[in-house]
Amino acid sequence: MEKEIRKEEPRLMKGNEALAEAAIRADIDAYFGYPITPQSEVIEYLMREVPNRKDKKIVVLQAESEVASINMVYGAAGAGARVMTSSSSPGISLMQEGISYIASAQLPCLIVNVVRGGPGLGTIQPSQGDYFQATKGGGHGDYHLIVLAPASVQEMADFVFDAFHLAEKYRNPAMILADGALGQMMEKVVLPPDGGLSKQPKPWATTGKTKDRNHNIITSLFIQPEEMEKVNLELQKKYEAMQSEVRWEEFQTDDAEILLVAFGLSARICQKVVDLGREKGIKIGLLRPITLYPFPYKRIDELADKVEFILDVEMNAGQMVEDVRLAVEGKVPVYFKGRMGGMIATPEEILQEIEAIHEKQNVLHD
Amino acid sequence: MNEKLLLDDGTELEQVFCRPDTLTDVPYHYCPGCGHSVVHNVLMEVVDELDIQDKTIGVAPVGCSVFAYHYMNIDMQEAAHGRACAVATGIKRVLPDKLVFTYQGDGDLAAIGTAETIHTVNRGENILIVFINNGIYGMTGGQMAPTTLPGMVTSTSPYGRDIHMSGYPLKITELAAQLPGAYYVTRQSVHNPNAVRKLKKAVTKAFEYQMQNKGTCFIEVVSNCPSGWKMTPVETIKYLEEVMFPYYPLGDVKVPKE
Amino acid sequence: MIKGTVKIDAKICKGCELCIVACPQNALALSPNFNDKGYRYVELIYDACTGCVNCALVCPEAAITVYRQAKSSKKSQLKSE
Ligand SMILES: Cc1ncc(C[n+]2csc(CCOP(=O)(O)OP(=O)(O)O)c2C)c(N)n1
Ligand code: SF4
Ligand SMILES: [Mg+2]
Repeated sequence: MEKEIRKEEPRLMKGNEALAEAAIRADIDAYFGYPITPQSEVIEYLMREVPNRKDKKIVVLQAESEVASINMVYGAAGAGARVMTSSSSPGISLMQEGISYIASAQLPCLIVNVVRGGPGLGTIQPSQGDYFQATKGGGHGDYHLIVLAPASVQEMADFVFDAFHLAEKYRNPAMILADGALGQMMEKVVLPPDGGLSKQPKPWATTGKTKDRNHNIITSLFIQPEEMEKVNLELQKKYEAMQSEVRWEEFQTDDAEILLVAFGLSARICQKVVDLGREKGIKIGLLRPITLYPFPYKRIDELADKVEFILDVEMNAGQMVEDVRLAVEGKVPVYFKGRMGGMIATPEEILQEIEAIHEKQNVLHD
Repeated sequence: MNEKLLLDDGTELEQVFCRPDTLTDVPYHYCPGCGHSVVHNVLMEVVDELDIQDKTIGVAPVGCSVFAYHYMNIDMQEAAHGRACAVATGIKRVLPDKLVFTYQGDGDLAAIGTAETIHTVNRGENILIVFINNGIYGMTGGQMAPTTLPGMVTSTSPYGRDIHMSGYPLKITELAAQLPGAYYVTRQSVHNPNAVRKLKKAVTKAFEYQMQNKGTCFIEVVSNCPSGWKMTPVETIKYLEEVMFPYYPLGDVKVPKE
Repeated sequence: MIKGTVKIDAKICKGCELCIVACPQNALALSPNFNDKGYRYVELIYDACTGCVNCALVCPEAAITVYRQAKSSKKSQLKSE
């Protein structure tokens, strides 16, 4: 979306709180959630702030579980509301059945995952271990979420607007895939304008059947295989159309001989790696996918023509790297550097990795 | 309902009962004699009589009645198995002026959806919960439900429900009535004409209470499942009277203090 | 006796017989014939219907429409009994 000029003073805010404030300004009708570290500030902020906003009519409800939260989201979205939930990894796992229903029933909503390290109860430290779950469906059946990956507190706020805009445009659930560090850290943020996201009519919503229309039905059940296939084809067509929304950011890729690919927090670290490398005369560039679904396959493929190799950096065991390899189709080697379980690679560590690969590549070429 | 009929002997008859207007023309897919259909009829009759078609939003979760939206000519949402109360909460919270009801089976409401049920009632969510207790999982082919009676044979209790292994039939209606959020809790049936009349009164009351923002109304209907019980519809009446009602006694469980 | 009658939509009747049991006049019975769905449907077998509505209330298919002698004529009928 076009970036408008913002007049508001910058504020120092936590990522989770900036996101919550943006939700208020995006005129959500409802938020349903269940506390879990490292994102509880979202519901805490809303519970604290919403009663002070006399001009707003926002439902904020602490549900009995993430299962209940996501189904409340389903109900409210079906009734035409702009609605969201937020959680962290284990809670998002619990929501998967509901998310699949929402995707099938084609309801717009926002799901925020402030990812922590797993598997299992794992750790409350930041991670990017839920990339597969977020981008490949996550629940059962063939579906996709629109997935936005912020890399700053500013984007934690901005992407709330972008996510709702896209969700409503495509009648599809959208996800903000952040991580514990982005949720917890404080940064300067210029908040999006209050009321800056208009609402379109939703004639399909269950708002009570009036005489002038047939009854509206929100469902994900299509018992006849012919019908189920038709719905699936319709969904696939929609996902195809969504490809035009792909977004990414590049740093110093013009003359790059080595390409880093990283999203979210990892991309910030990689930006530093680019600088450090260039100080040493290594021409590194960085591509940061902003939308993880749709994924910038085409652009990565184009850049692959110009570089010696690609290093994909993630805070997991190597998930997005599979998409990078798909994009490149073997044209150049794609390496992976990751730390797990809440550990984050340092710029120096990544640069060392690059240098080691570089050396190995040269040996191969000799 | 003002259609007239002239008999051969000249007597003029007036129409006193017909299919509710708010039912669609789609024939029910339910098995012959299934109580689900009767409860659907009653609900839509009340919607007609209170003239609330444009205000009423129903939620039907997975179970034999998941297709309720084919029959009820009102706005409806399907829900995942067990989640009707959460879905209804979502709808009611954003559309507080509408009348929202759930229509749930016993497996749905009292097993997989217990948490949502209890917490929705506990919040006093201003909705109507219609709970069809047929003591069995009808849709999936007659497995044991949390409400299946001791000794009752189902496909997953082929030698009869063993309480040592599977625990006791859950009287979730009594449980719900304990919660302060519950305003009106009643147990009804549809096994004979008078029972149907009583159910209709209960549903009417429940919608009226909802209009007055009184809190959760909870109506259990002790119903049948001829297919799952492997009985003829007529035989299920006897089984209801002799076996089900002694364990699940009919009548109001909690009435408003007024 | 108050006079009444019923019209049964044979197309959607599933022959569950619940109405037969509910009819205090024993005026309903299964037809020997089958409908398109393969069910024997219910018919009014003789002219004893009082329009009490019992059958229609328990009919799962909402297939029964009930007619009854108009209130005014009902009163005169009762007196004459
Ligand atoms: C998560 C999940 N688990 C299991 C099922 C399978 N399932 C569908 S309906 C049902 C039981 C329905 O029983 P009940 O709620 O009593 O409704 P009835 O069919 O008896 O009216 C089950 C187990 C499902 N659809 N979803
Ligand atoms: S399986 Fe049982 S509950 Fe389901 S429609 Fe048939 S009789 Fe009714
Ligand atoms: Mg059941």
